[in-house]
Amino acid sequence: MTPEQFLYHEARLLDRQQYEQWLELFTEDATYWLPLEQGQKDPYETSSIIHDDRTLLELRVKQIRHPRAHARQPVARTVHQVGNVVQLAEANGELDIGSTLTVVEFRNEKQRVYGALVEHRLRPYSDPRAGSTFRIARKRIDLVNSEGELDGIAILL
Amino acid sequence: MAANEQLAMLVQPDRVHRALYTDAAIFELEMERIFARAWLVLGHESQVREPGDYFTTRMGREPVVVVKKDDGQIGVLVNRCAHRGAMVCAEGRGRVERFVCPYHGWSYDRAGELKAVPFSSGYAPGKLAELRLAKAPRVATYRGFIFASLAASGEPLEEFLGPATASFDDFVDRAPEGELEVAGGVFKHTYNGNWKLMLENHLDGAHPAWVHASSVAVARNAPDPGGERYSDIAVRQMRQNGAPDVVWEATGIWTTPRGHGYMGDYHDDDRLVAGLGNPVFDAYRAQLIERLGEQEADRILRVTLWNTIIYPNCSFMSQFRQLRIIHPLAVERSVVYTYSLRMPKAPPQMFRDTVAFANVVNGTGSWVLTDDLEVYERIQRGLTSNASEWVYIGRGYGRDVDDQGTQRGATGTSEVFIRGQMRAWLDYMTRDA
Repeated sequence: MTPEQFLYHEARLLDRQQYEQWLELFTEDATYWLPLEQGQKDPYETSSIIHDDRTLLELRVKQIRHPRAHARQPVARTVHQVGNVVQLAEANGELDIGSTLTVVEFRNEKQRVYGALVEHRLRPYSDPRAGSTFRIARKRIDLVNSEGELDGIAILL
Repeated sequence: MAANEQLAMLVQPDRVHRALYTDAAIFELEMERIFARAWLVLGHESQVREPGDYFTTRMGREPVVVVKKDDGQIGVLVNRCAHRGAMVCAEGRGRVERFVCPYHGWSYDRAGELKAVPFSSGYAPGKLAELRLAKAPRVATYRGFIFASLAASGEPLEEFLGPATASFDDFVDRAPEGELEVAGGVFKHTYNGNWKLMLENHLDGAHPAWVHASSVAVARNAPDPGGERYSDIAVRQMRQNGAPDVVWEATGIWTTPRGHGYMGDYHDDDRLVAGLGNPVFDAYRAQLIERLGEQEADRILRVTLWNTIIYPNCSFMSQFRQLRIIHPLAVERSVVYTYSLRMPKAPPQMFRDTVAFANVVNGTGSWVLTDDLEVYERIQRGLTSNASEWVYIGRGYGRDVDDQGTQRGATGTSEVFIRGQMRAWLDYMTRDA
């Protein structure tokens, strides 16, 4: 699978609400990061809209399924539009892939649009069924309006 | 304009009329009579250290600039050119010599005095001397926190704060060297709901079991924290929100004459609360002891306060050093700015805990906050219903206890603090000035 096809696959899992399968795309040591500030270097000394290790990302997926997850039930409909996929670097067998992401979210009669620059660190992975593919070791999503006034974000980007 | 008698009918001892949350005319009156009268929390001295340092914010809906003046005092200028009304200062923060209006180049010094006007010969002599940036007439600080009032006269800040000064003392006393600084970024979250909804939520010990049921449940099912993993602070805090009813009932809750309020601590997790003896806090405690001695250090660490509300625009907590300022935008639209404060001399781990805590509880993508926001919006929509006129705030009513200049709820889930806010609301709204 090419990195580009992999990103489309990832987006499609989110848009089909297959969050558990989406979670499986992440390595055990993965981080999932929406920085608060533009060009933010560090997730420990500056706050983040989301900064999850694999444990916290799993809680995030499980919360969506909880019957009293008020901000998440009914589950939002989304379209994740991935574009401008480029390879930024390759090191230790891992690929750093840049892309742009536009997400349209619809829930409770409200539609929201998000735009972001995204960086994936992809680790080659041999899947027993799908063959040669990737796992996500790091995903960084820089929302264009991360420093702006935002509604609560209860979807996965 | 609503007559005071009509306003008084809207606030009854154990219930208030839904118009307080939904009526645009009442909202306009609140901006005049509450937000243009009360002391408002604007920020912290660390945001304006050197002359010319400024940040923009709002007082109610008034756009203002908080600036360090040349004389070392803090000024609060209304961000509106005296000429044709443009905002003279871009939103954000920075350092300036002059505020120069982008429209016709009128420029003002750091105190808001008009210093230069292009084509000034077009004005009658002396005419321009009458003009300047409007300013908040009263500015004061308490323990490093900046307050201002748009009213020329009124009670001094410390009288306004009353017993709530103890919460600020707790906030600052915990810092080695007694210093705090704003750091780590600002969350800005919006919701389609009235500003009062946030203030009525932050001391409400009966809501976490319901509003936060999903985050409590997933945290309980997570692997047990331990070994100082990054995820620990989040898991621990979400679990604590699921404290049993008896814990919430036993937590203290107080309200002051000006509508401020504060609650005791419901936490029993020693990794979250520095006064419970976890060795991770030993180095921090040692710093406090070095400055203050063991007895005073431990007195400070054992103060059990969680959230404090400063009515009408602020909520903060000292344990993880979070400060939230609410800006009402419209009767059913609000935005909240959330700041973290760092204890500059404390061990670095203390601020990393603060950042992790801010993300899980106050972050725009938080497991916890997002459910609060959802409920605020559901309240706002529900209150459009004509089926009932009243919002009930009667839990614990009739059992409130007078306690050293405050009223204390008979139990920790008492709505005494909302009744206190509503008394303050009515007082601001109906007094002459």
